[in-house]
Amino acid sequence: MSAKNSSKNDPMSGRRNSQKDTLRKVLHYIRRYWLFLGLSLILAAVTVVLTLYVPVLTGEAVDLILGPGQVDFAGVFSIGVTIAVMVAATALAQWLMNVCNNRITYSVIRDIRGEAFRRIQILPLKYIDGHNSGDIVSRVIADVDQFADGLLMGFTQLFSGVLTIVGTLFFMFSIDGWIALVVVCITPVSLLVASFIAGRTFSMFKLQSETRGEQTALIDEMIGGQKVVQAFGYEKKAMERFDEINDRLEKCSLRAIFFSSLTNPCTRFVNSLVYTGVGLTGALAAVSGRLSVGQLSSFLSYANQYTKPFNEISGVVTELQNALACAARIFELIEEEPQTPDDADAAELTDVRGQVEIDHVDFRYRPEVPLIENLNLSVRPGERVALVGPTGCGKTTIINLLMRFYDVDAGEIRVDGVPVRRATRRSLRRNFGMVLQDTWLKAGTIRENIAYAKPDATMEEVVEAAKLAHAHGFIRRLPQGYDTVIAEDGGNISQGQKQLLCIARVMLCLPPMLILDEATSSIDTRTELKIQEAFARMMEGRTSFIVAHRLSTIREADVILVMRDGRIIEQGRHEELLEKGGFYAALYNSQFEQ
Amino acid sequence: MARYMGYKRPKDTKKAFKKLLHYLGFHKWLLLLVTVLVFISTGANIMGTYLLKPIINDYILPGDAAGLIRALIGMGIMYLCGVLASLGYSQLMVKTAQKVITEIRQDLFCHVQTLPLKYFDAHTHGELMSRFTNDVDTLQEALNNSFTMIIQSFITLVGTIVMLVVLNFQLSLIVFFFLAVMFAFIKFSSVRSKRFFTQQQLELGKINGFVEEMVSGQKVEKVFNHEDADFAEFCRLNENLRKASTGALSHAGMMVPANVSLSYANYAVSACVGGLFTLAGLCDLGSLSAYLVYVRQSAMPLNQFTNQVNFILAALSGAERIFEMMDEEPEIDEGRITFCHVAEKEDGSLVEQPSYTGSFAWKMEDGTLIPLRGDVRFDQVVFGYTSDKKVLNGISLYAKPGQKIAFVGSTGAGKTTIINLVNRFYEIQGGTITYDGIDIRQIRKKDLRKSLSMVIQDTHLFTGTIADNIRYGRLGATDEEVREAARVANADSFIRRLPEGYNTMLYGDGSNLSQGQRQLLAIARAAISQPPVLILDEATSSIDTRTERLIEKGMDALMENRTVFVIAHRLSTVRNSKAIMVLEKGTIIERGSHEELLAQKGRYYQLYMGQYELE
Repeated sequence: MSAKNSSKNDPMSGRRNSQKDTLRKVLHYIRRYWLFLGLSLILAAVTVVLTLYVPVLTGEAVDLILGPGQVDFAGVFSIGVTIAVMVAATALAQWLMNVCNNRITYSVIRDIRGEAFRRIQILPLKYIDGHNSGDIVSRVIADVDQFADGLLMGFTQLFSGVLTIVGTLFFMFSIDGWIALVVVCITPVSLLVASFIAGRTFSMFKLQSETRGEQTALIDEMIGGQKVVQAFGYEKKAMERFDEINDRLEKCSLRAIFFSSLTNPCTRFVNSLVYTGVGLTGALAAVSGRLSVGQLSSFLSYANQYTKPFNEISGVVTELQNALACAARIFELIEEEPQTPDDADAAELTDVRGQVEIDHVDFRYRPEVPLIENLNLSVRPGERVALVGPTGCGKTTIINLLMRFYDVDAGEIRVDGVPVRRATRRSLRRNFGMVLQDTWLKAGTIRENIAYAKPDATMEEVVEAAKLAHAHGFIRRLPQGYDTVIAEDGGNISQGQKQLLCIARVMLCLPPMLILDEATSSIDTRTELKIQEAFARMMEGRTSFIVAHRLSTIREADVILVMRDGRIIEQGRHEELLEKGGFYAALYNSQFEQ
Repeated sequence: MARYMGYKRPKDTKKAFKKLLHYLGFHKWLLLLVTVLVFISTGANIMGTYLLKPIINDYILPGDAAGLIRALIGMGIMYLCGVLASLGYSQLMVKTAQKVITEIRQDLFCHVQTLPLKYFDAHTHGELMSRFTNDVDTLQEALNNSFTMIIQSFITLVGTIVMLVVLNFQLSLIVFFFLAVMFAFIKFSSVRSKRFFTQQQLELGKINGFVEEMVSGQKVEKVFNHEDADFAEFCRLNENLRKASTGALSHAGMMVPANVSLSYANYAVSACVGGLFTLAGLCDLGSLSAYLVYVRQSAMPLNQFTNQVNFILAALSGAERIFEMMDEEPEIDEGRITFCHVAEKEDGSLVEQPSYTGSFAWKMEDGTLIPLRGDVRFDQVVFGYTSDKKVLNGISLYAKPGQKIAFVGSTGAGKTTIINLVNRFYEIQGGTITYDGIDIRQIRKKDLRKSLSMVIQDTHLFTGTIADNIRYGRLGATDEEVREAARVANADSFIRRLPEGYNTMLYGDGSNLSQGQRQLLAIARAAISQPPVLILDEATSSIDTRTERLIEKGMDALMENRTVFVIAHRLSTVRNSKAIMVLEKGTIIERGSHEELLAQKGRYYQLYMGQYELE
C-alpha cells in the first residue's frame, strides 16, 4: 500500500500550511453531514469503552472462579451474560459506526465530484485546451477515489485508535499504577522505532516509485513506437536501457522492502517486550499477592491491545496525508477561475438574420504573444467567408472568438448589431451550427447523436436530417439502423461517416449561422463528395464561416480571409486577391501551377 | 480496502503455477531455507505460548520466584529466536522475490521486442502496459508477502489446532465448532461482497467514461447548450456510484465486527467451560491459560489464510497473462544474409569495412559480397492482415536503383501495407519480394531494416535530447553529422531557436514540439542514416506547403541516387516520381508517370483535378 502512495506525497515547502488549508475545505464539505459525524464519534466512543471494559469483566470472572471450592456460579453466570451483551453491543456499535462513516464519506465524495464536474462545464475553454484531458479526468476520478479511501480510514481508525490508547491507559492505571507505569515507559521505544523505520521506508519507497515510473515510461515509449524501434533496429539499445533501469529498480526495491519488512518484526519485538514486562512485573505482583490473577489476565490483554493502535495511527496519518494531497489537487480544479458569467441584463438573441461584424478586434492567448490585432470584417446575412492559410495559422482562433469560447481583448464582435458580450452565451451558440474536423460524438445510439441539440425530435425529423446530410444511406445499412450504438472510440463507423453524423446533428436544427471545417484527410473520395454536397445544402441562405481547403469552395466564397501566423494578412474575393499578387497569389500559384 | 476481491481468477491455475515454479526453481535452495525459517519462527511462537502451562503450574502457583524468572528468560529466548527467524525469512524471501520479478520483467521486455508488429496491432497499448505494471506488481506483492504468509498462517493454524487438541481434546471441540462457523461466514460474505465490489467498480467505470467523454467534448457540449442535461446525467451516475460504494463498504464493514464477536464468543465459551473443567479437575490451571491464549490466536490465521489464498489466485492470474505474452510466437527470422559497409578496391572487387563508407553490400552465407543497389521487386504478392481478408491481391511492381516510386489512392487501398511488406513487418502469404535479386526472407530482418530508412506519418519521438532523437537513425553519428542532417530537413533553424538547441530534452513523445516540427525531426533521422532505400509514408503531411517547398531541396538531395517509395496525400509531392501507382482495393489500377496518367484521363486524372487543396 505505502509503495503506491508514497510517491504522491512529496514534501514541499509550505506543505503544512497548504495542508491545513485543504483540511479546512474538506471540513467545510463534511459539515453538511454533522449529524452523522456526531453519531459516528459517539458510536466510536461506545465501541472503545465497551471493548476495553470486557477484559475487566473477564478478569473479575476469573477471580470468581479461582478460589478452589469457592466458586460464585451465580456471579460468573451474570458476568458471562454481561460480557455477551457487551460484545454484541460492541459489534452493533462498530457496524453502525461503519455505516455512518460510509455514508459521510461517499456523500462528501459525491458532492465534491459534482462540484468538480460543474466547474469543468463553466471553466473557460482555455483551461481545457491548456490541460491534458487525462489529467483532468484523473483528478475527478482517481484523486477523489484515493481521497475517499483516506477519509474513510481516517474516520474509522484515527479516532477509535486515539480513544483506545487513552482508554487502555485509564483502565490500566485504575487496576495497578506501577505496572501501568512500566507500560508507559516502554511505549516511547515503540514509537521511536516505528517513526525511525517509517522515515526510512518513506524515502526508499519514493525512490522506488520514481524508478518504476522511469521504467514504465520507457516501456510505454517502446511499445508505442514499436514500428520505429524495429525500423531502425533499436531493439538492442532499448534492451540495454531497460536492463540498466531494471537493475536499479531491483536494488532500490530491495532496500525499500528491507526497511518496510523491518517494521513488522521490530514492532512485534517491542510489543513482546511490553507484554513480557507486564507479564514479569504482573506475575511478581501476583506472587506477592498485590494483584489477583484475574487482574493480571485483564492486564495482559490490555498490554496486547495497547500497542496495536500506535501502529495503526502512524499508518492512518500517512494515508490521511496522501488523501489531503489528493484533495488539494481536486480543490485546485474546483477553485479554478470560471469564465466571466453572462451579464444579468444580457440579451437573448432571437430571430437572428446572420449579420456579423468584427470591429477592431484584438486577441492573444498569451499576453506576451500578439496574435490578432485590429481585425475588421463585416459579413452580410447569407454570405460565405472562407478562412485560408497554412496549418496552425489561427483559423481556429477566429472560430473560438465567434462562438465566444474566448473573449476578445479589445474591440467588439456584433451579431445583428448586438455585441456578443451583451448577449447570453446560450442564445449566441444556439444560433451557430458547427461541424469541425474533430468529430466528437457521444456514446449512445445514432439517433441520440443526431437529436443531440433537440432531444425531443421525432423519428421523422431525425431521418429527414440524416437524409439531408447524406447519412441516411449508411445508417440504414447498419444492422441496428438508427439504434446502432456508437462504440466509445467510434470503431464501428468510419471517420467520414462520423462527419456525416455531425452534419446531420446540425441539419436537425439548422441555425442561421454556420461554422464549418472542410476536413480532407482520412476520408475516402466518395464520402468526401457526399460531405461536400451536404455542406453546400447547409450553407444555402446562411451566413457561413468555412475553414476551406478546396479550391471550389474558396472560389465561390464572398470573402476570403488569408491568414498567416495568426494574422489576417489579406482579405477579398478570389480574383481580387490574385490580382493583388500577394501571399494568396503565391500560395495559389505554388499549388496549382507549375 | 478489499479491492482484490474484484480480481479475476486464473483460467488454468496449475499451468500458471508450474511456470512460476520454473522461475522460482532457479532459487530453490533459498526457498527451502525460507520455508525452514518460517517453520522455526511459527514454531517458536506456538511453543512460547505452550510454555505458559509449566510456568503457571510449576512456578506461579507454587510461588517459585527464581524458577519463574528462569522460565521467563527461556520463554524470552524462544520468542527472540522466532523474531530472528522471521526477520531472516522475510529478508530472504524479499530478495528472492525481487530477483524473480526482475528476471520476469526482463524476459518479458526482451520478448516483446521480438514480437511481430501483428501482435501490436491486435492488442491495445493499455493492455500491453498493464502486463508490465499491474500484473507484474500484483505478482511481486504476492511473492513478497503471500508466499511466506500462507505457509506461516497454515502452520500456525495447524500448530494451534494440534496444541488445542493436545492440551484438552474435549475443550477443543468448542473451538472447532466456532472455527467452522467463522469459515462458513467468511466464505459466505466474501461471495456477497465480491458482488457488491463488482457493482462499485462498474459504476466507477461508467462515471469515468462519462467524464472522459465530456472533457473531450466540451466544445460540442457548449455549442449545443447541453450543459444542464449533461450535469443531470452526471448527478445520476454520481448518486449511483455513491449508493454502490456505501453498500459495498457497509457490507464489508460488517465482516470485521462479526468476526471479532465470533472470536470473542469462542473465547468466552471456552473460558467458561474451561473454568468448569478446571473446577471439576479435568484440566489444570496452567493448561487452561495456555489453552485460552491459543484460542485467541486461532481466529487470526484463518482470516489470513483465506485472504492470502484470494490474493495468490489474483497474482497467479496476473502471472498467467504474463506467461501468455511470453508464449507468443516471436517474429520468425530464418534469414542468413547480412548487411555490411564496403569499400571498392582498384580491381573492382569489394572489401568489407567496419564503419560507414557510403557503399553497402549484402554478405552471403559463404562470405561473398553482392553490392547493394536498391532494386526492389514485388512479384504477385498476396497479403492480408487476417487470413480471411486480402488487402493486396497479387501486386507486381519494380523499383530500379535510384527510382522514385509513388503510391496514391484512398484510405484503405493498401498503400501503407505495401511499405510494411518491404520492411518485413508482416509476412506475405503469396508471391515473392526480392531485393537486389535476393528473396527478402533470406535476409536477416535486422539487416534488411538497416538498409531501409523510413519516415512515417505518426512520428514517434523518444525521451531524450533532440540530438539523441536524430542520432537514433545512426547511433555512431558525430555532432556535425547530426547538424548536417537537421539542415537537410530544414530543422536546424527551429532547433537553434530553442533555448537549449540540440540539447533540448523531449518528453512524452515530443509533445513540446508542433506536429510539423516533429515531422522535420523524423526526416532528419532518416537523413542521417543515409540508407540505400528510403520510404516516405505521408512524411510531409503535417508540414505546410511553404515549409515543404523549403525542404524540397534537402529532400531532393536525400532522395538522389536512392530508391524511394513515397506515399502522399498531396499530389504535388508525388508529381515528379518516376512512376506513380494508383491503388484501389489492393490492386494497382493505373501506373505510369504523371503526364502519362493525366493523359489516360483515368482515376489519377480525377483525383488530380478534383482534389486540389490549398493550404
